Amino acid sequence: MKKTIIILTVMFAANFSFAQMPEKFVKAMEALVPAVDTTHSVDGLSELANAFERIANAETNQWLPFYYAALCNVSAGTMIGAGGDMMAAKGDKTDPYADKADALLAKAEALMKDNSEIFIVKKQIATLRMLGDPMNRYMTYGPEAAAALEEAKKLNPDNPRTFLLEGSDKFYTPEQFGGSKEEAKKIFEEGIKKYESFKPESSIHPTWGLPQLKYIMGQIQ
Amino acid sequence: MKTIIQAIFFLSLIGISELLSAQTIVTGKVTDKKNPLRGVSITLKNSYDGATSDSTGKFSFKTFERGEFIFTATSVGYKPFEQKITLEGKGTLTIDIILKEEVTELSAVVISAGTFEASDRKKAAAVLNPIDIVTTASAEGDVTGALKTLPGAQQVGESEGLFVRGGTASETKIFIDGTLVNNFFQSSTPNIASRGRFSPFIFKGTVFSTGGYSALYGQALSSALILETIDLPERPSASLGLSIIGVNGGYQSLSKNKRSSVGTSYAYTNLTPAFAVFKQKQNYSQAPELHSGDANFRIKTSKTGILKYYGYFNSSRLDFTTNSIDSIGYKDRFGLTNFNMYHNLAWKENLGHGWKLNAGLSYTLNKDKIKSGLKDGNKKDVILTGLEFKKFNLDLDGNYMNAKLVLEKRLKGISVLRFGGEYNFSNEKSLFTLYTGQQFAQRLKENIRSLFVESDIYITNNVAAKIGTRLEHSSLLNKSNIAPRISLAYKLGKQAQASLAYGIFYQNPERRYLPSPNELTFMKATHYVAQYQKVTGATTFRTEIFYKKYENLIKTGNVNGRDGIAINNSGFGDAKGFEFFWRDKKTIKNLDYWISYSFLDTKRDFLNFPYATSPNFAAKHTASVVIKKFVQAWKIQFNGAYNYASSRPYYNIVPSGTGYKFADMGKVPAYNNFSFAFNYLPTVGNQNAKNFAVYVLSISNVFNVKQVYGYQYSYNGLRKEQIVPPSRMFVYIGAFFSFGIDRTENAVNDRLF
Repeated sequence: MKKTIIILTVMFAANFSFAQMPEKFVKAMEALVPAVDTTHSVDGLSELANAFERIANAETNQWLPFYYAALCNVSAGTMIGAGGDMMAAKGDKTDPYADKADALLAKAEALMKDNSEIFIVKKQIATLRMLGDPMNRYMTYGPEAAAALEEAKKLNPDNPRTFLLEGSDKFYTPEQFGGSKEEAKKIFEEGIKKYESFKPESSIHPTWGLPQLKYIMGQIQ
Repeated sequence: MKTIIQAIFFLSLIGISELLSAQTIVTGKVTDKKNPLRGVSITLKNSYDGATSDSTGKFSFKTFERGEFIFTATSVGYKPFEQKITLEGKGTLTIDIILKEEVTELSAVVISAGTFEASDRKKAAAVLNPIDIVTTASAEGDVTGALKTLPGAQQVGESEGLFVRGGTASETKIFIDGTLVNNFFQSSTPNIASRGRFSPFIFKGTVFSTGGYSALYGQALSSALILETIDLPERPSASLGLSIIGVNGGYQSLSKNKRSSVGTSYAYTNLTPAFAVFKQKQNYSQAPELHSGDANFRIKTSKTGILKYYGYFNSSRLDFTTNSIDSIGYKDRFGLTNFNMYHNLAWKENLGHGWKLNAGLSYTLNKDKIKSGLKDGNKKDVILTGLEFKKFNLDLDGNYMNAKLVLEKRLKGISVLRFGGEYNFSNEKSLFTLYTGQQFAQRLKENIRSLFVESDIYITNNVAAKIGTRLEHSSLLNKSNIAPRISLAYKLGKQAQASLAYGIFYQNPERRYLPSPNELTFMKATHYVAQYQKVTGATTFRTEIFYKKYENLIKTGNVNGRDGIAINNSGFGDAKGFEFFWRDKKTIKNLDYWISYSFLDTKRDFLNFPYATSPNFAAKHTASVVIKKFVQAWKIQFNGAYNYASSRPYYNIVPSGTGYKFADMGKVPAYNNFSFAFNYLPTVGNQNAKNFAVYVLSISNVFNVKQVYGYQYSYNGLRKEQIVPPSRMFVYIGAFFSFGIDRTENAVNDRLF
């Protein structure tokens, strides 16, 4: 009996520590995660993505490094896609980033199902694919992006990043295509409240987006 | 004391060196042998340590790890680099890396000689995509109309089909999802080009080969048009279209798990209102009226496998008279009813271990009833002496079955081996009823069995070859042929490549010249194509030169009082020329344009030609300019197209002794056509739009320029008359809507599965 309890306790403890994040891992992640909000160059984001991917490949049962690696790849691609003439086709440059992000996110999703944050990145990937050739792809990837954002909201209505993405879409879409700076502002204001009340699960769970939101909001007069 | 101090000093030294030796500095440079590579991810496998190479290819990082590690360097487009290293916890480890390019579909040279590819596939060489086809002004929403703005195709307006590089329309074969399509176009009407039966919206990819096409396809001397139907839709939707020529509606469902879909649509076309506004040369007692419908289902059979069905039917009729050239004051009557049914089943599957399967099965039933005759001024049927032959009925009944199986095995890298077989069955019955009531029935059965093998061999990213051969047997001819094909492609730079293609192509004599009293054989064409292509993200430049040699073309004669019957294979000919294509989507913002030019020098002796000469469907110079300008503020796309063809020859060929002679010949004026179209897209760019609307206004031949396609002669050869379009200008107005359906409202669909 005593033996069984000990075995069970040991097993439980082992299990518990397995679900827990090793200290070394947390420390390495803590050093990188804040950079998500402060890195604003394609090279910088690619470098950050590589750093996350290294951790991901060493800690293959943790979803967060895969998630962050996907996020940094999609951000790097979006920086290229949104630059210059928005409507021009540049899929040859942006699609490799979307492909990379897709592959990494699939690994994250395999470890963590039905997570609002994962659908945030899915939405960003669909938007990046659309940016690759807006004239020909908006009918395919527009609805896909919208569906992913819907799902992110459904899974966590308080996720502040859904407000960031929704507001950015409203802000960057030309008015004749349904964009509106005013509506964007309202969404951002709501978003700020959500950021303030948002409690991440741990020191390395996603909290990013507030500086970006404030930056875009600052452009609305 | 001294020793103690020494000992402490010694110990502290050890301490310091211990501290220093705790980490190793790993540094180095990544190149592709010639140039430094930036952004390469450097990793110590199973550790967190690593770096990313900078713009000079250099990297450096510190690590506290000790022992044996696998050091890796990875970058998209390069083969991963791995090396075992031992970290001793001290010093600097310098590793210089040379990454080798990986042969990938994205970076490899594309075997492209002779082909134009129009699809959304990433694999470059996409010259036109499906949306381009719909928005090309002169195409009038017809798949082949858009292809006529590409080099290689002629601007023939008096009959349907693609006349490619000196070939007749029947030398171009059309394939849907791999299998041959019979009766791709609506049934022929004298001097009017029929439209294709299929909507351009059902296709996601188009490969238009103007020479040197793959061994997977056969029975086409000049060209293969390979169309691929769309897969599962993104979401369920309903569609509605209204235009001056008719109405259409459709519904496309999608199962909840997005693994299967079912759809159907129906269209009713009636040209009566349009013809009331745009006066036609023909006097219609029944304007073209068409009921057509289609149905589809698509089922994902596995992660990569899909089973697709597309079915189509139409029932159409028309009846008109034109002033008879043979007898002044009288009118020629032409009446046509058509019933057509087409079914296509295609299955694609990944079988694992690098094996892929592509199978297709199609069936066509086509029934034409043609009524010809002569009418007097009061529209009464008459029979005039000497012109009795003008009155006849012709009933055609065709059954066609095509099956194809292709197995593909992935070899080293992205090289592949494909092989398989094809079976084409046709059974055509015709019943010819003379003015006397006398009937002539005929039946022609044909079985063509083919085997083919082909390999795409990628030697490096820069060099690739496609080598194939095709074996065919025709039961009707009771003969076999073997047709080797080879293409080579060489990458000249990041975006430029050169290609060469050579191939032999066989085709059966056209069935309308059969049966022949004599033994016939396959007609034969040999293609030589050289291409240079440079494709950047937004521009495409392509130029080709070609030489095509024709042998064993059909010669026709008079057999038992019937003219135009194949008598032997002594015809021959050749075609040579060069072509340019330039497309630019970036130089001017929101403006997309392409220019194509073709030079063609061709002569042939075929059918009843007395000697080899340039045929009446071949113009020496053909050019097109297509412009698409999208004005974001108005959400309107302005599409313009200009098509030019230099003058074409025309002939009156009449019997002379045992053969034929040119009784008259000349040249028609050059052909010019300006077309404009406006597409208003109120929902474009709106990411959250569930409904899409497109409003279309298109005008062909805007400047009302007179266009002459050729001449026709009276039976006695004394009079000739220009063949011109039915109306000089045509205006098309339409509105198309697609309504996305929310999942919540989609309960009905889920019950279907």
